[in-house]
Amino acid sequence: MWYYQKKLQYPVKVRECNPRLAKYLIEQYGGADGELSAALRYLNQRYTIPNEVIGLLTDIGTEEFAHLEMIATMVYKLTKDATPEQMKEAGLGAHYANHDNALYYENAAGSPWTATYIQAKGDPIADLYEDIAAEEKARATYQWIINMSDDPELNDGLKFLREREIIHSQRFREAVEILKEERDKKRYF
Amino acid sequence: MTKIPKEYEDLLLEIQRADFVLVELTLYLDTHPYDQQALEQFNHCAHHSKQLKQQFEQLYGPLMQFGESYSAYPWQWSRGPWPWQI
Repeated sequence: MWYYQKKLQYPVKVRECNPRLAKYLIEQYGGADGELSAALRYLNQRYTIPNEVIGLLTDIGTEEFAHLEMIATMVYKLTKDATPEQMKEAGLGAHYANHDNALYYENAAGSPWTATYIQAKGDPIADLYEDIAAEEKARATYQWIINMSDDPELNDGLKFLREREIIHSQRFREAVEILKEERDKKRYF
Repeated sequence: MTKIPKEYEDLLLEIQRADFVLVELTLYLDTHPYDQQALEQFNHCAHHSKQLKQQFEQLYGPLMQFGESYSAYPWQWSRGPWPWQI
């Protein structure tokens, strides 16, 4: 089971209300390479992955939920004081019509999250390569958002998240090597 | 939004620092289970984090639910501030 902790993994601050930035950030909330996809991908793959990497998938999957909460906090803070007019100007008119200022699992273009964003092939190497690619894509997405953001306080949190993608990718690469070693051991016995 | 005292933020930041080290060491140990030095550092940091959380909870209420933290009267868990309200 899971326990919730009443704290963020890393402090989230924003300089000012900015629904335009929130619209871009939603990509990491409900987009293909976003934090929801990441958490659900790893926590689903772990049931059939070899024992050596179940712990890693459980722990990274859990950390992704902490990142999802950070993104939600950013979006919430960027939009909570936005007027309907400001939402409309930021390209969030369609979102406002359906959700008011509530958050929703959708990408920056407004498409709702779908399970087709994640794979589970049952082949451990195929699954881990997908995970490495997902981390690299998420890292790139954070970079593109940082490139468009002029909010230094928000960028501090985004840079933390970008660095975490690098660490996760590194750990998944090590997991691939662990599984290869195990496979080669079995061949010689 | 209620005004958050500076001491609250400072202690919370200290907990976030301690717990970040624990997240990093956890993922590292998942792929390096025989690194004894990292393991010792992990156990040391786990103890430090528990102490900080005990101190925080006595002042500001529970950080965790379902019996992982104690509560004073009246029930403190469902009271804010929640992380996105700070």
